[in-house]
Formats: sequence, structure tokens, C-alpha cells
Amino acid sequence: MRKTFFTRLLLVGTLLLAQFTFAKEQEHETEEHGKDLKTEIKEYISHHLKDSHDFSLFSYTTESGEHKYVGFPLPVILIDDGLKVFSSSKFHHGETVAEVDGNYYKLYHSKIYKTDAEGTITYDEEHHPTNVKPLDFSITKNVVMIIVTGLLMLWLFTSLARSYAKNGGIPTGVGRFFEPIILYIRDDIARPNIGEAKYKKYMPYLLSIFFFIWFLNIFGLTPLGINVTGNIAITFALALMTFLFTNFTGTKDYWGHQFNPLGNTMPWYAKIPLYIILVPIEILGLFIKPFSLLIRLYANMQAGHIVLMSLIGLMFIFKSWIGSPLSFGLAFAISLIEVLVALLQAYIFTMLSALYFGFASEDHHAEGHEDDPELAHL
Amino acid sequence: MEKLLEEFSLGLFFWQTILFGLLLFLLWKFAWKPILKAVNDREEGIKNALDAADAAKKEMQNVTADSEKLLKEARAERDALLKEARELKDGIVSEAKEQAKVEGDKMIKQAQATIESEKKAAVADIKAQVANLSLEIAEKVIKEELSDKKKQQKLVDDMLGDIKLN
Repeated sequence: MRKTFFTRLLLVGTLLLAQFTFAKEQEHETEEHGKDLKTEIKEYISHHLKDSHDFSLFSYTTESGEHKYVGFPLPVILIDDGLKVFSSSKFHHGETVAEVDGNYYKLYHSKIYKTDAEGTITYDEEHHPTNVKPLDFSITKNVVMIIVTGLLMLWLFTSLARSYAKNGGIPTGVGRFFEPIILYIRDDIARPNIGEAKYKKYMPYLLSIFFFIWFLNIFGLTPLGINVTGNIAITFALALMTFLFTNFTGTKDYWGHQFNPLGNTMPWYAKIPLYIILVPIEILGLFIKPFSLLIRLYANMQAGHIVLMSLIGLMFIFKSWIGSPLSFGLAFAISLIEVLVALLQAYIFTMLSALYFGFASEDHHAEGHEDDPELAHL
Repeated sequence: MEKLLEEFSLGLFFWQTILFGLLLFLLWKFAWKPILKAVNDREEGIKNALDAADAAKKEMQNVTADSEKLLKEARAERDALLKEARELKDGIVSEAKEQAKVEGDKMIKQAQATIESEKKAAVADIKAQVANLSLEIAEKVIKEELSDKKKQQKLVDDMLGDIKLN
């Protein structure tokens, strides 16, 4: 009882801190630029959703009008006439031009452009910068978070593995919490979807993506202002991995199904007109399945962050005794829902990956053609 | 779509793939494999223990059944023994009875025979004594009677009369 109370207190505290942090930044940026508050919030949100080249926790403005950023710079790695490595502090949060080996770079909307010494950025008619973008392999905030999550997972699960060895197969400490989840993924995601015979091969991947996505989703809800799983490059990489795993482990039956979806139910000459339509659909389906994975995770996390931050932003737009507490309450409720969504999205990604692996490892000569092959895809 | 493509960062994709691949490999080697193995072993252990317990229970039941069977057999044997003993006893008793009866009968017969012969001897003895006594009496009487002539005559007469009567 007492423990749950403290956990709740901690949760509320964390969320309050999150809102406080956002609040501070928003307020000062408004003062600083004197822009319209709504545009300011909108810009702030869209800035937050993007990756950034430095790990800033929050920023504030001193009395003299100088703005300070609390956080730390991260290394920038560019491939532009050779490898260029420098600290992101050189950009001064996009305010100055960084000069490296006679080349000038400027940070504009979280992207690095090559400019001249003054940092001029030329735009085309759609207001897109036309400057050259060097290949950017920087250790950005998201990369840092990936590393942090990776280390956390390594520490958590290797210590769990060790606790098994030490205690004769009984988990200790935090492993007591994670073991049921691991068992759940094995017994309720992998086994029923992939099948008893082949599920073992996919277990490490399923466990890894589940915890990776879940932890990063949860990190996204902390006041650190990170949005890793809501980044298209991350979800693309994850979905690509599922795609590669699916197709590289595909059995003969799986590929037979792709190119001969109706099986031997009719003569070949009857299949020709059908297959002109069916086979391309099947092939397209191969790509649509992981694509839906990448968009689903991206859109859900992105949307969650937008809604949450918009509600927090509303507090400063209302600036009244009724509106602000109301939007605070709403933001709080949405935060709680987001905690659930964080788990749910990790579960869905894992579940669907397992389902696709299940298709790929299907091995049914005898009963396979009895069930409708099209239904099996839904 | 254009916005998505614009947002796509090759660098981030590169790092994600490399780092996640590395993470996957390390976790695979040092975490998931031992964890899944430990969990599997434990489950197997539990299953084996349950099986063993089941087997033990079955064995226990067998043992109980066996002992019950033995007990039943022993009881039956005891009953049989008792029955046999009773029969034996009955046999002995009845035999003894019969023998006793036969013996008794024999003894009784013997006794009766003895009694009979004794009786006969006694009777014979008594007869002899009676005869002697009678003779003596008769002698005395006759002596008495014969002391007197008259009386002698009378006696002869009586005697003769008696003989006639007879």
C-alpha cells in the first residue's frame, strides 16, 4: 500500500516536472523573440519532435536578456570532403555558424547545412533551404538515448541472467518484474503466432524490440524531452529489421504462397488471369506489412507527444483560473493514457512482428490449403 | 509523405541499425539465451518434479495395494489355519470322545461281566452255604426228630407225602 502510494507520488512528481520544464522554456522563448504565443508553442512542439544535435534539458533567459541552455553538447560527425568531427557547442544552438577546416556549417531546423562564413541560407520558392546538406552521422540526442537504453537493457537483462545462474533459476530484484513480461512474450506472443516448433529462433529479436520500444516510449514521457520512437528513421530501421527477418527466414511454403497464392486448387491456365492481379498484391503485401509497422509506431508516438504538449501549451494560452487547471488536468490524464500507449505500441509492434514471422515460418503441406489463403493474411 | 521523407535522417537510421544490431547481438548472447535457458530449465525441472511426484504417488498406491493384498492373504491364511486348527481340534475331540465311549463301553461291559460272574459266584456260594446250612439244619432237625420214634415216623410220612405231592 505504502509502496504504491510512493510510486504514485513519484509519477505525479515526474509529470509535474515535465510540465514545469516545458513551461519554463516556452515562457522565456516568448519573451526572447516576442513572437505570437501560439506560433511559439507550435514551433516549440515541432522542434521537440525532431532530433537535436545537443542534449538540452531546458533553457532560460537571464535578467540581462542572455539565454542560457542547460544541457550538454554532443559530437557532430559529418562526411563532407572527409570526416569532420566537432562538438555541437560550436553551433550555439543554431545561432552561430560553425567553422571546421575552412568549411562553414549552420544548424537550421535541426538539420546541418553547408553555408558561407555569414551563414546565409538560400531558399527555393517553397521556402526549403537549397544549401548543400552534408552527410550527417552525428551522435544526436536520439543516438544518445539509444545508447542509454541499450546499456540499460544490457545491464538489466544480463543481471537477470546472472541472477538465474546464482540463485538456481529464481530471479531476484528487478528481474521479478521483468520475468513475467519475458514469459508473456514467449507464451502469448511468440508461441501462438509462430508455432511451437520455430518460435525459439525469433525469441531474442522479439524480446529485444519489445523492451527497446517500450523503454524508449517511456523515456519519451520523461521531462528529458526525447522522442526516439516517434522518429521515422528509428521506426523505419525497426520495421526494416522485421522485414529482413521475415523474408530471410521465410520457408518454401511462405514463398510458394507469395508467388502461387491459390496453390494447386485449379489448372495453371485458369490461374494466369487471376495471378496477374494476385501476385502483385502479394508482393506489395510483403512491403506493406512492415510499412504499416513503421507508420503505426511513428504516428502513435508522434501524435501522443503533440497532444500532450499542445495541452500543456494551452495552459499558457488560457492563462486563466479555469482554463489552465482544466488543460493541466487533461494533460495529466493524457499522460496516464500515454503510459499505457507506450506499452501498447511496444506490444503491437512485437505482436505483429511475431505474426509476420509466423507467416514466414508456416510449414503446412497437409492442412494448409484448406483454409482460405487470403484469410490467413488478415 | 514529403514531410516524412524530409524528416528521415540517414545518420540516425545508420546509428539505430548499428546500435540496435549490436544490442540485439549482445542481448542474444548474454541475456536472452541464458534467461530463456534458465526459465526453460526451471520449467522442465518443475515438470520433472511433478512427474516424479506423480510416479511416487502411483508407486505409493501400488505399495499400499500390495500391502493390502499381503494383509488379505495373511488374513486368509490365518483364517485357513484357524479353520484347520478348529477342524483338527474337533476331529481330535470327537475321536477322543468316541474312543472314550468305546473304552467306557468296554469297561462297562467288563464290569458288567465281572459283576455277573461275581453275582453268579456269590449266588453259587450262597447256594452252597444255604445247602450246607440246610444240611446242617436238616441234620440237626433230623437228629432232633430222630431222637423220638414218633417223630421219625411222622417225618418219614411227611416226606413221603411231599414226594407224592411233587
